[in-house]
This record gives sequence, structure tokens and C-alpha cells, in this order.
Amino acid sequence: MSDFDKFLMAQVGFIAALILSPLIPGIINRTKAVFAGRQGPPLLQLYYDLFKLLRKGAVYSNTTTWVFRAAPIVSLSAVIGVLMLIPCTGATPALISFQGDIIFFAYLFGISRFFTVTAALDTGSAFEGMGASREVLYAALAEPAFLIALSSLACLNNQISITGIFIASTANPFANIAVILLVAVTLTIVLLTENCRVPADDPNTHLELTMIHEVMVLDYGGSDLAYILYGSALKLWAFASILVAIVLPARTGSLFLDSAVFVGGIFIVAVIVGVIESTMARFRLDKIPKMLIAAAALSATALLLTITRG
Amino acid sequence: MNLLLAGFLILLLSSFVPLFSGRENRVAALSVVIGTILCLIFSSNICLDSLITGGSYEISFRMMIPFANFAIGIDPLSAFFLMPLLLLSALCAVYGMSYMEGKDEGGTSWFFFGMLVLGMSIVVVARNGMLFLIAWEIMTLASFFLVTQDHQKKETRKAGWIYLVASHIGVAFIFAVFAILGRNVDRLDFEMFQVLKSGTTASTAVFIFALIGFGSKAGFIPLHIWLPEAHPAAPSHVSSLMSGIMIKVGIYGLLRTLTFLGMPPLWWGVTLIVIGSSSGILGVLFALAQHDIKRLLAYHSVENIGIIALGIGMGLVGISCGEPVVAVLGFAGGLLHVVNHCIFKGLLFLGAGAVIHETGTGEMDHLGGLMKKMPRTGICFMTGSAAISGLPPFNGFVSEFLIFLSALGGVTSMIIPLSFCSIVVIISLGLIGGLATACFSKAFGTIFLGEPRSEHAAHAKDPDARMTMPMLILAILCLAIGISGGSILLFLGTAVSEVSGLSMTACAIGLRTAAYPLMAIAMLSTLLMVLGLFLFTARRAMPRAHIESKVPTWDCGYAKPEPRMQYTSSSFAQPLTQIFSFFLRTRTKNPDTSETFPRGNSFSTETPDFWQEYIFRPMVAFFAKLSAGIARSDTGRIHIYILYIIITVLILLMWNFFK
Repeated sequence: MSDFDKFLMAQVGFIAALILSPLIPGIINRTKAVFAGRQGPPLLQLYYDLFKLLRKGAVYSNTTTWVFRAAPIVSLSAVIGVLMLIPCTGATPALISFQGDIIFFAYLFGISRFFTVTAALDTGSAFEGMGASREVLYAALAEPAFLIALSSLACLNNQISITGIFIASTANPFANIAVILLVAVTLTIVLLTENCRVPADDPNTHLELTMIHEVMVLDYGGSDLAYILYGSALKLWAFASILVAIVLPARTGSLFLDSAVFVGGIFIVAVIVGVIESTMARFRLDKIPKMLIAAAALSATALLLTITRG
Repeated sequence: MNLLLAGFLILLLSSFVPLFSGRENRVAALSVVIGTILCLIFSSNICLDSLITGGSYEISFRMMIPFANFAIGIDPLSAFFLMPLLLLSALCAVYGMSYMEGKDEGGTSWFFFGMLVLGMSIVVVARNGMLFLIAWEIMTLASFFLVTQDHQKKETRKAGWIYLVASHIGVAFIFAVFAILGRNVDRLDFEMFQVLKSGTTASTAVFIFALIGFGSKAGFIPLHIWLPEAHPAAPSHVSSLMSGIMIKVGIYGLLRTLTFLGMPPLWWGVTLIVIGSSSGILGVLFALAQHDIKRLLAYHSVENIGIIALGIGMGLVGISCGEPVVAVLGFAGGLLHVVNHCIFKGLLFLGAGAVIHETGTGEMDHLGGLMKKMPRTGICFMTGSAAISGLPPFNGFVSEFLIFLSALGGVTSMIIPLSFCSIVVIISLGLIGGLATACFSKAFGTIFLGEPRSEHAAHAKDPDARMTMPMLILAILCLAIGISGGSILLFLGTAVSEVSGLSMTACAIGLRTAAYPLMAIAMLSTLLMVLGLFLFTARRAMPRAHIESKVPTWDCGYAKPEPRMQYTSSSFAQPLTQIFSFFLRTRTKNPDTSETFPRGNSFSTETPDFWQEYIFRPMVAFFAKLSAGIARSDTGRIHIYILYIIITVLILLMWNFFK
């Protein structure tokens, strides 16, 4: 495949991710509905919601400043930036790739979080302040876990870019089962925490029960809310694709089949998240930091295993 | 070189003007401002030349003091510290003009300000141990007098006292460093020092003494105890200068000492990494627990010094393990973080100063809603907050990224000790980054966003241009370095080569590995900013975007939200401080709610410094007790003294006899 083809492929994959990602919340909700024996919302519900929200006006609090209005834009563009770093299939490179982009990946989420949190404080509401406070708590603990997990992948494949890791793990899948398993568990925990899913957070309750992510965006409406919802769907896509790339490295040789496996894998992750949400309760607040520290310890074990493998 | 000397001379003369200008504050300020700016202009040419070409220049005059020579020189390392030093000094001086207006001790304070700048500048260009120590002492004393400017307050006197003691304990170790380095020469000129072989007792001693001596100025934990006391006590433009650059002079001293020592053994780098990660993590944790803005910033200086130490540590370990690329990236990250921290911490202290100047308080829980009243200060402070949290596209990210690259190179190097060090660095940087974001979203959020929590904050306004312009310039620099891509590396190669002892070619090869990533980051950041602009326009173009209504914040059905219901800085940080309560030991005064209708209650938390409270205070108490015990033998009766003399003579005689 020529370089131009690869670039074209990366573009197609990027656009596919932008289009397909709102399906993920739909799949999660449908899974939960099946477990609960309900009909549940349609798979395309988020598309309808986005379309509806974009055509609405907005209500702003008197307290807020431009920070509040800037936050959805900054968050969404940061997450789109993250998607540019992720290959669309296991075998083709991403739109942009460079040495050490795994760090940039993590820090783009950082800037998005900084704005979301300050926007929540901008409203002056006690509820949103509480959500913001908990969000930074989880993020501060999830970040080391995530970075160590990525570092062990980097060390395992001797690559320090996301594209490099993806391609190497496709070329040599399951190089080290123990490491892959540990990293996969860590990444799953980080995925659930960062995307505000059970058991770290409950996306269904906006108020008293959780007061983390959903409460931070309580004051948004209209197009702003659409940006936020879309951004969180993209974020789920980004985390899921890393998970898929390491546990389900496609290697059929046919580009079409590989891509299908990759996208299918992401949808399977969505189903798994749905199953977890249907079968588990949310953890008590003080248990979540312990879970994250445990995740960091697991990935540190993985990294040690990788380094000492000889 | 002559221009540089002229610059120093002008600075010296201009510092003396305030002593003669009487109570005329404006003349004093103007003179020092002009002196600093001229010194910056005169020195910039030679500094840039040395940074780019790697050339070094020296000039020397005889002095009538033993061991001393007025030898000064510019090489890439000196230039690398001198440029940001003079730049920040000039900006702080301009800011101080407005900040100090109407204060009584204007004249003397400007004299000490000028002396502080001069002292620091001479320290970084000195080429003679004695001159270095003299300049070091000028720097320390000038900053001591600046810290104790509000000497009517008891806390200020206490802060000044702690600072003075801590500094002089440090100086004692620096004396030892030069004494060992110069034991075979009659003049303490740097060029006469022979490079010490590694592994010898002498080189080990020099390294440890330099670590303690310079580390106490830089603020390595547990030698940092003076920072959270002295920074809040000083006027803001001085704390900006002290935190922005004076503590970096300690880092300069450490790096300069390393150039006199040979090949570093592995444990030096490991030691620095351990110090760096503990200073970094504990610094940011203590910062989180503070609710005074300047104390919070002071602890953040400890954190950033930790990051710098991590970079230098990676550099040393890289050299010891024979991985030049890892070493170069580590040193480059550490050095660049020196400049970056100078810029954003200078900015944040100036911003905090503007807030204190306008509202009269630095207590975050009394502030709020200042973004509307002080928009320019607000946006500058926000830039600084994002930069210090290491977020792209600002400068803090670039230097942390270089250290990350170095550590990732170390992890994949297959050399076990290097890999272990790299893991520690990655975990520490990750944790520090997350906690710093938490800390600065708290600081920025509680000071500038929401509703004013007290009368102080309700009537603030932006200060005049002399205070806002320096902040704006620093904020622009934060962004400029962040998106400059690889071009910033052009200024780093020579300094890295000087510190690491690697050849210029090796440094260039090492830095080239970072050039493409940095360029890609700059391009992607720019692209995302354009994307943000597009999203903004798209939102405005939506069919009903113009329909906006303004209402009170939705407080879940509660009709009358009140500013006092807002989350405060203390409540925001509570979950995190609780997890780390083992280190922090926050003292909480809970309200008494035993009555049926409790009234007039208060709640407060305080997080005193762990080391001061549990290590230094008991230690000082012990020595005080010991001295009191010895003092009891000092009876004041002459025959007892004669007895002492006789006993001493007897012991000496017997010692001689048995030997």
C-alpha cells in the first residue's frame, strides 16, 4: 500500500469514527434494556438527540463567564484531536503520528478536563462544584494508571507512538499474554472511570446519587449540550479502540475485513460496558480511588514484567 | 563582554539612586526599572551568541580579597540562566512600580530589589568561588530584607527568620563545596579546579554538599521549609522574582558543580530522581491543601523544582548507563522547565499580586467571581494555570514532554536500572500532572469564577497597565514557547552539551529525536485551535443560536442560590486531601453542633508543613535544650573558668603523653 493510500485510509477511518461513535451509547443503552427486559430507546437515539439539541436556543446562568461557553468547544476539539492520533484499523497508521504521542493523547484529555471542571465552577453551584471536585480526584489517580499501561505497551512493542504500538501488536499478537491481560484490565478500569460509567459513576442519575460528570454539565443546553454529548461519545470510541487494538489484533490481510473486525470489536466493548452496568452497582465513593490505585498497581506489574522479560 | 560589564555597572548605580531619592518613590522605582531593562538589553547580545554558537567569554580583574578574583564569564549555561533572569526582573520591576505606589519604604525596597537582581546575575556569571559566594550572600541578604519589608507583622518577622537561617545553613555547605574543589589552588578560579574523578571521596562529598547547599536554595524536600513562609510574606513582585528565578539559581549552582565532577556514578542520578519525585508529588499535595493563594504557589515551586530534578536525574542516569539520547532529552527537559517555570510561575505570582492588590486578601475562600471584574488578570492567570498544569498548547507541556520522551526512551532501552528509573519518572510525572490540574482548577475556579464570596471581591477592578502588561507578556510567552515546535531546541543544544559533557554532535542527535514530535504537537495544537474556531462559528450559525436567556444558576430547584453555598477551595480539595491525609495531617476545627439550635459556629482547616512541624521544630527544640544545658556551666565565677582551663590543659598534656 502506498503512502497516499495509507493517508486516504486514515482519513476514511477518522471520518468513520466521527460518524459511527454516537452509536456506542445507543448500543450500551440497548444492552441495558435487554437485561432489564425493556424495549429501550432506539439504537440511533443519540443522533436524534444531537439533531434536536443543535436546533435549540440556550439558557445561560447569570453567574457564568466566557469560560462556561468556551468549555464545550475546547473539550470537543481536544477529543477530535485525540481521534486523529488513533489508527482506524489495526494495520494502517493514524492521521497523525509521532514519537511520544501517547503522552500527547493523555494530555489532550487533560486540557478538556481542565475546561470542563472550570466551567462547572463557573456556575457557582454547589452541586457542580462537588462534581468537579470528584472528577479531578478520579482523573489524578487514573492518569498514572493510564500512562503506565501505555508505557508497558510501548515497552512490549518497542514503539512509543500509538500507531507503532497498534501495528506492532497486529504483527506480533499476544507477544506476552500476561502483560496484555494486565494492561487490558487496567485499560478497562480507566475506560469506565474516564467515561463516567458504572462502577465509578452512573450516567443515568443527574443528581444526588452520583454528582460527578453528569452534574458538571447540568447548566448546559442547546448546541453546547450537543457538543458535550458528542464529545463523550467520541471519547468512548477512543478508549475502546485502544482496548480493541491490543486484545483483538486483526490480521486477516484484507483491509476491509480488518476494519470490520476493529469496528465490531469496539461495538463489543460497548456491549461489555452495558453488561457491566446491568450487573453491577456503583461503588461507594471511597472505594473508587482504591480501585484506581489497584489499576495503577496492575499496570505497574505489567510494566515490570515487560522490562524484566529479558 | 564589555557591554555586559557596563550593564552590571548601570544596574549597580541605578540601585543606589533609591537611597538618595528620599521619599520620592517614583524616582527610585524608575531608576531601578531603567537599570534592569538596560542591563537586559546590554547582555542579550552576548547571551544569545553564546547560546547559539556555544562560545564562551571570560574577563577577570584582580581583587584585594584572599582567594578572590573578579572573574566573570558567559558560557551557554550562564547565558541560559541569565536571559530569563533579567527578563523576569525587568517585568517584575515594571509591575512593582505600580504595586509599591503609596507604600512607605519604597526607597530602601527598590535598593534591595536592584541588589537582588545584581546578586543573582553575578552568581550565574561568576567564574571564581569567592566571588560566587559574595554574590550569593548579596542575593540572600537583599531578598531577606525584601521579605521582611512588612516587619511590623509578627508572621513576617518569623518568615524572614526561617528564611535567613535556612539560607545560611545552605551557604555553609556551599563553602564546603568550594573548599574541597579548591584545596590545591591558591585562587578559587573555576578554571583552576581540576575535574574530580568519580568514585573518590572528594567527588562524593562535593556532590552531597552541593545537593544540600544548593538544594536548600532550590527548595528540594525536606529543605523547602522556607518557601511557604517567605513567598507569602514578600511583596508580590518580589515573590514572583524569588520563586521564578532565585530558586533556579540553586539549580544553576548544582549544574555548575556537576561540570567540575567527572562521570556521574549511577546513584547520583537515582538520588536526584528520588528527590525529584518526592518533591514533586509532596509539593503538589501540600499545595492542594492550602487556601492562601501565595502559599499554594510557593508549594507549587517545590513541585516544579521536583520536575526539574527529575529531568536532571534522567540526564545523569542516561549518562551513567551510556544512553546519550536519554541523557540529552532528560537534561533538555530539565533545563527548559527552568525557563518555563520562570515564565509561568512569575506570571502566576504577578496575577496573585494583582488580586491581593485589588481585593486586599489572598484567602481564596473569600474571593470569587473576579473574572468579570478583572478580565485581563483573569485570562492571564488562566493561561498560567493551564501552563503549570502541563497542558498543551502551553509551555509547561513542552518541557514535561521532553522528560517523558527521555523516560520512554529509558523504558524501552532494555537496561534494567535505567528502565526502573524511567518507570519512577513516568509514574511521578503522571501523578504530578493530574494533581496539578486539580490544584489549579481549584485555584483559578475559586478565585476567578462563580460569585464573589465576600465584600473584598465584589468591588475589585483590573489594575493599571504597568501591572497588566508584564502579565500579558508572560502569558504570550507561555503560548509562544508552547507552539514554537522544535525551534526552542535551537537554544538548548549548547547548554545541554555544557552540562552533560557530551559533544555538541551527540546533543544535536539527541535533540533531533524530539524535533519532529514537537513540530507535530505544535501543528496539531494549531489545527485544533482552528477547529475550535470552526466549532464556535458553527454554533453561532445554528438556526436558533441567537435565542439566549439569562437566568440564575440551576440549583436543582432551589430558588435562591447564595454565594456562600458555593464550593470553596477547601471543600474542592477535600476528597484528595483525605486520601493523602497520612502526609498532610490537616488540622480541622469542626463546628460544635451539640446544642439544639447551634449558632455562631465556624469551621476551619489548616495544613502546617509536615517537615517543619515534625522534623525541624523538634530538632531545633533539642538543640535549644542542649545549648541551655551547656549554658549552665557558664556560671560567671572566675575560679570556675580557671578550673576549666586547667582541666583542658591537663587533658591535652595527657593526650600528648599517651600518644
